[in-house]
Amino acid sequence: MLKCPGTSSAQAGRAAACQGCPNQRLCAAGAAAADPAEAAALRERLRGVRHTVLVLSGKGGVGKSTFSALLASGLAADEAKQVALLDIDICGPSIPKMMGLEGEQVHQSGSGWSPVYVEENLGVMSVGFLLSSPDDAVIWRGPKKNGLIKQFLRDVDWGEVDYLIVDTPPGTSDEHLSIVQYLGAAHIDGAVIVTTPQEVSLQDVRKEINFCHKVKLPIIGVVENMSGFICPKCKNESQIFPPTTGGAEKMCQNLNVSLLGKVPLDPQIGRSCDKGQSFFSEAPESPATLSYRSIIQRIQEYCDQHQFQEEKII
Amino acid sequence: MEAVAGERSNLAGVRHILLVLSGKGGVGKSTISTELALSLRHSGKKVGILDVDLCGPSIPRMFRVQDNDVHQCDSGWVPVFVDQDKSISLMSIGFLLEKPDDAVVWRGPKKNALIKQFVADVAWGDLDFLIVDTPPGTSDEHISTVEALRPYKPLGAILVTTPQAVAVGDVRRELTFCKKTGLRVLGIVENMSGFVCPHCSECTNIFSKGGGEELAKHAGVPFLGCVPLDPQLSQSLEEGRDFVREFPKSAAFPALAHIAQQILDGTSQPSS
Repeated sequence: MLKCPGTSSAQAGRAAACQGCPNQRLCAAGAAAADPAEAAALRERLRGVRHTVLVLSGKGGVGKSTFSALLASGLAADEAKQVALLDIDICGPSIPKMMGLEGEQVHQSGSGWSPVYVEENLGVMSVGFLLSSPDDAVIWRGPKKNGLIKQFLRDVDWGEVDYLIVDTPPGTSDEHLSIVQYLGAAHIDGAVIVTTPQEVSLQDVRKEINFCHKVKLPIIGVVENMSGFICPKCKNESQIFPPTTGGAEKMCQNLNVSLLGKVPLDPQIGRSCDKGQSFFSEAPESPATLSYRSIIQRIQEYCDQHQFQEEKII
Repeated sequence: MEAVAGERSNLAGVRHILLVLSGKGGVGKSTISTELALSLRHSGKKVGILDVDLCGPSIPRMFRVQDNDVHQCDSGWVPVFVDQDKSISLMSIGFLLEKPDDAVVWRGPKKNALIKQFVADVAWGDLDFLIVDTPPGTSDEHISTVEALRPYKPLGAILVTTPQAVAVGDVRRELTFCKKTGLRVLGIVENMSGFVCPHCSECTNIFSKGGGEELAKHAGVPFLGCVPLDPQLSQSLEEGRDFVREFPKSAAFPALAHIAQQILDGTSQPSS
């Protein structure tokens, strides 16, 4: 395949490589390039957001939403901080259930959609709040999904926010390109990448890391989830998802990204998510809690440092 | 995508087409697709797998043929065969990438174009079953696949879930997708259902238990069975081994064999 010149290039839709590409007409018409007025509107709306962290993975079901939910509630444990959690998994939103907000609806106010608040300092937005029944399927192609993501950023009254956590669907497609493009108008601190230890998962995660490089998204680090299981009866450890190629640790070494930590499988995590209760308060002493907490602290430190560096540049 | 009248289409020799779907990622769609193919081969069937997960293809690695390339022939692309007898053939974007870690950063229209090509241009030859493995969700890949396959009247879809409510919730949405697109639901599989500790034989329901069966009852569709978490199964998928042949004594084997048997029983009856 010839190299795509990129949707924002002047050659978009006109280069030799564009011959036969299904997007050629779209690109040639300039539809893919960002509209400057729109970028300004997004920048204006997101002016009050200090830090943005994306939670990504090439693989599904590795614990992106679980981690996003815990990261948001962990950060919001500090009452002085305002935290927002945005779920852009349009076809499979899990955040409402995990945060105990199932059945909640979004309210409209003069300044836009209002997020649903779990605590005074933790607001959540998800397509789940816009559906009328749990059976409702969002059978949408890309452009409609992109439109909703834009609305989530432009039309939600986020207010002053210290941390905006964005939970994403698996893959490297419409949702991912759009969120990076739209948030590019403001700024993104970086991405946290979640994986499980086995190669079948890591091979997709390597693609996600390449995606980050391609779109120039800094990587805060990798979290290895479901890393070993300790039998509650005999306390012996089993590798349910065996790290046959060295797990996340080896991958991080090879690709030169940092490993933020490993979190063991704990049946209580899934139960808490299903009940919509915080795993941290249900199992404060669990090894998984301690591991999640240390990971969250490292992300916080990264963001603080990031800000410090930016201030220095200014 | 209209089949030109008179011209033999590439899917003309395929007897049954089934899709493996789930609203949720990482529940074992590719695992079930792989094991179903191996079980059907065990029963003497010729099977093909079409992997339409374009951003995260897992099928090539699960058969350990990730380094193979796709070749052209007069009637289109030649699928990758996993054995000498050509009893299982595969098509996946994984075979088209230059480097295995290349990210496929494509929006919908480009994905749709490739899926149409996958449906029209792969020279499958004669197959008893073509299993279509899909990415999670109800979006571009799913709409395009169902649309492109419609003229070939697929048998239906197998829905995969794990037991916990968070996954079952997404699979409910997938059921709605099947209803809206007129795709028959062959049944629901509950994967990762319980883990038996190899040290003390205690069974722990890591991702809870019973969610898939409940959903099947609630939706009035067949329940195909529970597949337990089995490190031997994960390991053999990692190494691309034939689990069905090598581990007939393992915890997951009877469940997987039972699923395949139900599919075979369903197709051996004279079709209505």
